Amino acid sequence: MVKKIKPMRIILYLIMILISFTTLYPFLWMIAASFMPLREIVGGSMRLISPYMSLDNYLFIFGVASDFPRWFLNSMIVALIGTIANLFLNTMAGYALSRLEFPGRQQVYYALLALIMIPGQVLLVPNFLLINALGMLDSHTALVVPVMVNIGFIFLMRQFFINFPSECEEAAYIDGLGRITCFFRICMPLARTAIATQAVFVFMSFWNEFTRPMLYIRTRALFTLPFGLQSFQSRDGGQMWHQVMAAATITVLPVVILYFVFNKYFMIGIRMDGDK
Amino acid sequence: MKRKHRETLQGYIFVTPSIIVSSIFLGIGALFVLFLSFHHVNLLTNNYRFIGFDNYIRALNDPMLHRAIRNTLTFSAVVVPTQTFLALVVAAVLNSKIRFKKTFRSIVFLPTLTSSAALTMIFMFMFNIRGPINQALLGMGFLAEGGNINFLQSTTWAMPVIMIMNIWSTVPFYMTLYLASLQELPKSMYEAAEIDGATEVRKFFHITIPYLRPITVYVILTGVIGTLQMFDQAFIFSDGDGGPANATLTITLLVYRYAMGPANAMGYAAMIAMTLMVFILTIAFIVNRLNKEERLY
Repeated sequence: MVKKIKPMRIILYLIMILISFTTLYPFLWMIAASFMPLREIVGGSMRLISPYMSLDNYLFIFGVASDFPRWFLNSMIVALIGTIANLFLNTMAGYALSRLEFPGRQQVYYALLALIMIPGQVLLVPNFLLINALGMLDSHTALVVPVMVNIGFIFLMRQFFINFPSECEEAAYIDGLGRITCFFRICMPLARTAIATQAVFVFMSFWNEFTRPMLYIRTRALFTLPFGLQSFQSRDGGQMWHQVMAAATITVLPVVILYFVFNKYFMIGIRMDGDK
Repeated sequence: MKRKHRETLQGYIFVTPSIIVSSIFLGIGALFVLFLSFHHVNLLTNNYRFIGFDNYIRALNDPMLHRAIRNTLTFSAVVVPTQTFLALVVAAVLNSKIRFKKTFRSIVFLPTLTSSAALTMIFMFMFNIRGPINQALLGMGFLAEGGNINFLQSTTWAMPVIMIMNIWSTVPFYMTLYLASLQELPKSMYEAAEIDGATEVRKFFHITIPYLRPITVYVILTGVIGTLQMFDQAFIFSDGDGGPANATLTITLLVYRYAMGPANAMGYAAMIAMTLMVFILTIAFIVNRLNKEERLY
């Protein structure tokens, strides 16, 4: 029996190494190319490590002639504001739907349940017209407002508050704390794990969003990173792989850092997704 | 009494922003698509002309649309089974008694974090005519010297490259779902089977597979809904035009082209979007129904 298991194990490790290699391979090339001069990359004999490696591409994309630093800043502002708006609005709605008694609560819940079914990409045309009609075209507002609430996370917060004992709030009421103050001072801090889980996923979706900026933003100085990255490529005509790969590396980096720092919350979030 | 009023007021204050935003951008959006699909739209003069079912009839004779549907369905048919199968395999391996599980899991998850823009750039670089993939194929002798494949501009290869890219980037997410599910599989079920003398293979087919059924339905349904709406990767890959020669033209990309491109056919684009939405909702509805019926037993 023992003898039978060992070769099996080795096969499992080999499969795992193969999978990890397949996953890392494109990232390794991205990082390698980001340090290479263009002629090395298009020369057709590029290696992952070469003596020609330098920081030139990074110096270029962060240099004065480049829009990249601005796009990075735009992305950061949009993602942070969008995340904060989501955290408050989703948590408030989730709390109201689970803890507060008010006429029409059930109807609101069912309405949201119906709205969450609507597939997003399908609304490209009407949302463009709506954004245009609301005068938000070519502004960062257009990137935040349509997605400043997320029904999935409203339901997540609702579930959280349903399962969560209400003694703390009752004690706070007795101590004379107002309802709204109590929510922000007692309930939100207590829900921090659920809120942090929301935060990492919401931030990531804002940071990586491509379609909305592509549709709504015209001014180059207002681009966010993903759309900027694409325009880097097409506008400059030729294949500027060296700079594009440096820009891509910087684009990927914040989310990867977020992932390693807040790994726990990523795992919680995914588990919840499967429970639907 | 006063407390009751306060609670009601707080309730309305707390749900109002969410109701407003989701009714405008989802509810009104969906109704607006329906409305637009029966109209001819001129954006410059802000003129909406009712044309009945003309947009729908026009779809019957639109080779471009038929091409986009064919591309999208092919894309779904290849990507969904492949990503589901690979996700299950990777999860099963990660669930076995091996060491460094956490390290492997962290590595494997990386593609999920990457934006479609960065991802598409990386793959376009990898597959460009002088890029690493061509070099590797040359090096291993699969290609003759000078026989580099122009993956990005080839009508045969462009779509498969996007498929590979999509599978590569979605497997980790579904794998994590499977893994979570596998880790919750009660050990007692296996132990009982072992007492009855069940073999590994029998255990896999009679315990693991039925146990993973609900999560598999969820993975497949999410996969189908996602692939039917595929947009970003095809858009970036082809710089928005679905090329080369419409090889990467997906349904949502065609919606974009008709709505925003020189065709200026917003109403017609809305009709395509509307039909896609109905199609997706029907699939979701049927699958949920079937799944519920199954659970009764």
